[in-house]
Amino acid sequence: MGVMLAVGIYLMLERSLTRVVLGIILLSNGVNLLLLQTGGRAGRAPLVQDGIDAQEYFDPLPQALLLTAIVIAFALVAFMLALIYRSWVLARQDEVTDDEEDRRVAQAVGAYDPEEDAEVDTETSEFSDPSPDSASDLPPVISPAEHFRGHNDEPEEDR
Amino acid sequence: MEIDIIEFVPLAVLLPLFGAAFTFAFYRNRATQRAIAIGTLIITALLQIVLLSEVWTGGAYAVNLAGWPAPYGIAMVIDRLSALVLVISSIITLAVLLYAVGQGAAEERDDAGPVSIFFPTYLILVAGISNAFLAGDLFNLYVGFEIFLTASYVLLTMGGGEARIRAGVTYVVVSILSSMLFLITIGLIYAATGTVNLADIALKVSELDPGMQLMLHVLLLVAFGIKAAVFPLAFWLPDSYPTAPAPVTAVFAGLLTKVGIYAMIRTETLLFPGDRINTGLMIVAALTMIVGILGALAQTDIKRMLSFTLISHIGYLVFGLALSSIAGMAATIYYVAHHITIQTTLFLVTGLIERRAGTANVDRLGGLAKISPLLGILFFIPAMNLAGIPPFSGFLGKMGIMQGGIAENTWITWTLVTASVVTSLLTLLAVSRIWSRGFWRRAEDVEDCEPILQQKTLAHTRAANKRLLPASMVLPTATLVTMSLAFTVLAGPLMDFSRTAAQDLYERTPYLEAVLGEGRIDSVREDLHEFTLDNMIDVDTGDDGAAEFAPVETSLQPESEDPEPGGDQ
Repeated sequence: MGVMLAVGIYLMLERSLTRVVLGIILLSNGVNLLLLQTGGRAGRAPLVQDGIDAQEYFDPLPQALLLTAIVIAFALVAFMLALIYRSWVLARQDEVTDDEEDRRVAQAVGAYDPEEDAEVDTETSEFSDPSPDSASDLPPVISPAEHFRGHNDEPEEDR
Repeated sequence: MEIDIIEFVPLAVLLPLFGAAFTFAFYRNRATQRAIAIGTLIITALLQIVLLSEVWTGGAYAVNLAGWPAPYGIAMVIDRLSALVLVISSIITLAVLLYAVGQGAAEERDDAGPVSIFFPTYLILVAGISNAFLAGDLFNLYVGFEIFLTASYVLLTMGGGEARIRAGVTYVVVSILSSMLFLITIGLIYAATGTVNLADIALKVSELDPGMQLMLHVLLLVAFGIKAAVFPLAFWLPDSYPTAPAPVTAVFAGLLTKVGIYAMIRTETLLFPGDRINTGLMIVAALTMIVGILGALAQTDIKRMLSFTLISHIGYLVFGLALSSIAGMAATIYYVAHHITIQTTLFLVTGLIERRAGTANVDRLGGLAKISPLLGILFFIPAMNLAGIPPFSGFLGKMGIMQGGIAENTWITWTLVTASVVTSLLTLLAVSRIWSRGFWRRAEDVEDCEPILQQKTLAHTRAANKRLLPASMVLPTATLVTMSLAFTVLAGPLMDFSRTAAQDLYERTPYLEAVLGEGRIDSVREDLHEFTLDNMIDVDTGDDGAAEFAPVETSLQPESEDPEPGGDQ
């Protein structure tokens, strides 16, 4: 069970969608085994018979839960396969792709940033040593959160 | 034989499921499908309103399915919290369905497959959400989660375009992972306590080793945290939600994350009360607020901006939840109701903007306020409400949560109160940027403006308005805006109700009695009461404590109100 979970998680970290599905299958089956184990040691089938102590029966509840979980996992895997097939038909790719809008936002920030900083530099250069190179030292791409933190701080420093 | 209306609780789940079956049966006839779907949701909403009124006075009630008594059978429990969220969710889903019908979302996807699947899937989604709200045991909660998640996968990827498939894959994998985590936790809890019934676990879990309790607690919170989009686990949300059609995104944003929050509230109050990990939760809440809103500021697409504000406002709910005080929890419940409505409304309005202007990217929008003042009003009210401007319900909810934080008066709650104020200011900045650029900027000033916004004459604009903003889409949106205003008008009774609900949650005995019967509870009643008194700050203070910092008071006398140090803006 532990091995199945570990391999499942390892496969899910891959970028290839087919391996992700295999990971999901392994993971769900590992979890199913875990559910089965919660029932405790093996015992008699849970059909009530005379003269048998209650302790000897196997706990039927985990099996009921397990059955439900199997059905759900089965449906999800089928759906995932359909998604992957669709992705292959449409885009001929079997990989998790990046969010384009996200990339665009990040790049827009990076492209916009040096320009903004250069302006600040020319304003302050009257009072300090001129340092024309300082603007180009900045990293070209700054994550959106960093950009806005910096952006909010700037006016206060100027005043 | 006298039949009690409250025995019909399971119908809240069954009706939408039956409706889904019937809509499948009539897959050839779209008009019939539509009529069945709308009719089912109206009946469900009415039933739930009746149930709410029953619970309003009567308190918690449990229905044992098939007559099996509680720890063995499956119980469906309705208490004040679940009744309130049920009613809100059914009204929201009904409004969104009407909007979708108006938009023709259902019909447009007609070509995609042999069976028209929008209506049945939507009804199954509603059934799953109701099931999750009513579930009396962990496994039923899991099944409820799976039902609505599976429906949401289908709705999200409907039409099967490339962008949707791409977003859908991420969403599905993340959701499956969180479900697996939930299932593992259920297995461990069953192994540790020998039961999956929530009420039964609540009694048995306190006998466990504290370390074991903590592990189960954290595992559950992580599983729900992914669904509720709490900060480090929220990365998937802005990636996947904006690609879906407007009504689908609206109902996802409004409801799905709130089911996660609902499950967290249940876990925190019923299963693992006490303040062991409250500090941790508060840190997470603060990060959720701040990181979410900073993300929102970077976006130019309105839908993505709203997705990030959704994450950041989940932070408020986690904060209120982590306070472990009745004032905090009451405000949280009120805020959940408010936030479901507001977020859904904003997404619907964005759908209208997208339809009218051809894009939801603010860089390409302009002059909307002049083109359609109605659209301006519909956007302005919920946007200000989201930011928490005083007369609106967002302000009341946020202030209630902050007052809870101030009442607790520790360094961490003060940090959180500060973070809340900063976040709501930044929210105001984010929505007002959209407002000033999309609505107030003249269309001529925009660099690459959508051509449809630059019509020459008023007559042209009016014609486009009429064509692109049909009444069948505007009316449901306007209804939701009105409903959000009603939260302000009815803040008094609603806050009273939330307070009672919060008290029930923390006392725990009403819920336990309803599920397990009074006989079982009587033996442990003293312990439970003592535990509650030890851990809570303001249980049983009655009206003395309530008058001191009850948000109800402020809503009744807005003009005489002295601004709180934590009150925003």
